[in-house]
Amino acid sequence: MTPKPSPTKAPTRRDVTVSLATVTNSSPAVGSARSAEDRVLSSRRSPGTIVRLLLRRPVAVISLLWIALVSIASFAAPLLMPRDPYETNLSKAYQGPSLENLLGTDQLGRDLLSRLMIGGVEPLSGAAVALSIAVVVGATAGILAGYLGGVFDWVSSRWVEISMAMPGLIVLLVVLAVFPGNTMAAMVAYGFLIANPVYRVVRAATFAVTPELHVDAAKSAGLGALRILRRHILPRIMGPLIVQATLVAGVSILLNTGLGFLGFGPKPPATSWGALITEASQLIVIHPWMLVPTGFVIILTVLALHSIGDTVRDITNERWAGMPRRARRRQVPAEAVVVDQQPVAGPEGSALLEVRDLTVAFGDDRVRVVEGVSFAVNAGEIVGLVGESGCGKSVTGRALVRLLAEGGEIVGGSIRFDGKDIASMSEREVNALRGSEISYISQDPMMALDPSFTIGTLVGEAVQRQEGLRGSAQKQRVLELLAAVKLRGPEETMRRYPHQISGGMAQRVIIARALAGRPRLLIADEPTTALDVTVQAEILDLLREFQSRFGMAIIFVTHDWGVVADICERAIVMYAGQIVEAAPILDIFAAPKHPYTEGLEASNPHHATRGVPLPALAGSVPAPRDWPTGCRFAARCPYATPDCKEAPIPLLSPGPERLSRCIHIERVGTREGVTK
Amino acid sequence: MVRFVMRRALFAVPVMLVVTVLSFVLTAFVPGDAARTILGPDATDEEYARLRSEMRLDDPLVVRYIVWLGALLRGDLGRSLLNNQPVVDALNQRLPVTLSLIVVAALVTAIIGVAFGIASAVKGGALGRGLDMLASFGQAVPDYWLALLLVIVFAVNLGLFPATGWVPPGESVSRWAERLVLPVVALAAGGITGIAKQTRDSMLSVLASEYILSLRAVGVPMSSIIFRHALRNAAMPVLTVMGMIFVGAVGGTVLIERVFALPGLGGLAVSSTLYGDIPVVQGLVVYFTAIVLVVNLLVDIAYGLLNPKVRVR
Repeated sequence: MTPKPSPTKAPTRRDVTVSLATVTNSSPAVGSARSAEDRVLSSRRSPGTIVRLLLRRPVAVISLLWIALVSIASFAAPLLMPRDPYETNLSKAYQGPSLENLLGTDQLGRDLLSRLMIGGVEPLSGAAVALSIAVVVGATAGILAGYLGGVFDWVSSRWVEISMAMPGLIVLLVVLAVFPGNTMAAMVAYGFLIANPVYRVVRAATFAVTPELHVDAAKSAGLGALRILRRHILPRIMGPLIVQATLVAGVSILLNTGLGFLGFGPKPPATSWGALITEASQLIVIHPWMLVPTGFVIILTVLALHSIGDTVRDITNERWAGMPRRARRRQVPAEAVVVDQQPVAGPEGSALLEVRDLTVAFGDDRVRVVEGVSFAVNAGEIVGLVGESGCGKSVTGRALVRLLAEGGEIVGGSIRFDGKDIASMSEREVNALRGSEISYISQDPMMALDPSFTIGTLVGEAVQRQEGLRGSAQKQRVLELLAAVKLRGPEETMRRYPHQISGGMAQRVIIARALAGRPRLLIADEPTTALDVTVQAEILDLLREFQSRFGMAIIFVTHDWGVVADICERAIVMYAGQIVEAAPILDIFAAPKHPYTEGLEASNPHHATRGVPLPALAGSVPAPRDWPTGCRFAARCPYATPDCKEAPIPLLSPGPERLSRCIHIERVGTREGVTK
Repeated sequence: MVRFVMRRALFAVPVMLVVTVLSFVLTAFVPGDAARTILGPDATDEEYARLRSEMRLDDPLVVRYIVWLGALLRGDLGRSLLNNQPVVDALNQRLPVTLSLIVVAALVTAIIGVAFGIASAVKGGALGRGLDMLASFGQAVPDYWLALLLVIVFAVNLGLFPATGWVPPGESVSRWAERLVLPVVALAAGGITGIAKQTRDSMLSVLASEYILSLRAVGVPMSSIIFRHALRNAAMPVLTVMGMIFVGAVGGTVLIERVFALPGLGGLAVSSTLYGDIPVVQGLVVYFTAIVLVVNLLVDIAYGLLNPKVRVR
């Protein structure tokens, strides 16, 4: 019985053997496939903090109490036992639970509770031995491998690889053949075999701190090894180490009871949990009850260990998630939520897309991240949706094709495309639109192609879906599309996998796929952000070409004013979930009518003058839970006055085709605030 | 791909060497003397000396190991100290029992585990939460205890399956299968929950990935997304866990064979350990390590087939 792997901590073997495959495999979102390094770096918490947080979780407290109870009951059994576990009384054999024998009696009338208590000594001390060895050996080897690297690291990592291919129980049987009846020797050997997870965690942490150590060592030559361990390494690995320790303790108990069940353990009449199950197994026909108490104690003990481990994992991962728990509970006051009924922005007429009052909320407590967004896009038009990250522009873009991330929901408003409301369609109806009428391109081209299929298959799938083509006709059309997006050597590209092509090529492939159904609207979410500048320009040219050739409208979600200036006819600026300004592109550059737009443009590196420092937009977009009642930009605004913060600011119309959510429009552009 | 498989297959050589060296060195410390064990107390000193030299007991450990390894390569693992039966014969006779158990349990674990995992990832809700709980139990319940419980319920009380015994599939496939049901369930249960949970977790994270989003964005139907794209990518971490669970199950057979009195390698492992029958123990080490290595190689091959980054450079 080798360690049963915890299902949530997934690939450990592969980290070493095919590291390329797991670490770079598919998406980094595969949380369970995160490397040991990630886990270690993400969970730096002092042991005290972990214990304190642990004691706040009821499940963990109950588990700790159970472990304590079982340990005390076993090791202090001679003092606490209700009866003599070896005293036979045939007249009371085979009894169920009673007041006299709380857990009943066995075939010789011996008290089962007392036997269960005394029987815990063997598995618990065996597990303690295996655990200590695993921790000491794993931590020592891990520190040495991480600190020395080189040959030692190579050898120990190969040993880990090899020892994971050994059938644990069989190795232990060899040990037992050598040391007859000595289960402690077997547990010592087992400790060596399961030192791997500890080794891994410690090694990764040591690797991470080694540069720090060299600095420290230079400062004070006599930095003792123990101090290095205590100050630098232990704090980093406390969480993962506890998690691994609970797993090791759990499998060690299961292993020891397994050995006991096979007849390896204390000689009768002395007993162990495993031996108690063996006795029970011989009587299952006449006295099946005997199986129950021991089984439950083993199961509960292992469960308790695992739930302590799970809780520690949660505690240490919480920090990684970067979300402080307290902020989570704060609710937005109901009156702070404002949905204004502003007219549709942009030129009136036969709009292809008409968004009204779009409101999107996330999570169980329905936090609104996009509020009352209204705008329209005409056929063939290129509109920029501009703002910093966290302003709601990407959520808006994804809401238009109903591809919101987990937990996101359109809670208000309408999205009229060609007269039909996308917001109220069934999933089936929306899916019929996707790719054929509206396509969506997401941010990172390298992440947007399924790594397991060739480019030909991935584009072919869209072609089949959109045009019903198969076989050679499908291939022909894929080649056409790849050529249309100006990919060199389309034949060869078709046979390639996503990991074999560059980011620029990947974005071309994605565009080809998105255009397979000749959509009338393309929503492009930061399609050039992840690319080199020269490649960016090529992709923009490509998109412009498609727009003019097929009359396709494009909504360009971006934070880059250079891109906006280059390609868009109109810009819609978003801040903290709202539209704050909308205007034709020339106007918005000539004279921004909202302080946020002004600040964004001023901090745009494309407009920088050599020698003049780039004015930075101080502060950042507030989180959706922290949106104020009044102007959401006021805190960062150089023009802000007290009345800005009093009430929600409506969208005003300072000129033809222009909108601004600012009550100080006339002062924007005077720069008086900026220079103040 | 061929090179990848070759490389993984070659990995078996150092593992086998390390494992056999270890078991050889360890067993050199066995108290007592194999020659005495065989001959018993009545043998003369002459007989004893002859047997010792015949068994090369006076040679250095290294020489004995090399001789043993040479014999192993010729398919000879020596003879049992207890009954003088060639070890290879004893093991081969029992191998089919253990292999039946491992192969059937592995298939059952993989198929049911993955199916449950997909269902709970796609349906979510109560099924998902139930799976989390079941998976915790699956890790904590000793498989031999579960086996005994199954015997009480399904063999003793309901009488649906025989509690013990073995019928070779060559004799009667239906009776072979009937006797495998309970052992396989006991051996597979924990692994099923583990694999189901891993499948669910990796399905969920793959379904939240950008490439799934971009497939949905061009109208690829959900059925194709789940079964063609998500499952394939989610399968990789699942395979790794599967490998570990199968390796665990190889050890687990020893306990399960004991409960159901199956005449497999496990029973032999226990008795030869108890009696200090070292040649048999060493032979068992070779057999079990080989089984584990084959399992790992199959997992690696599946991995390579699924992952183009391994297959195509």
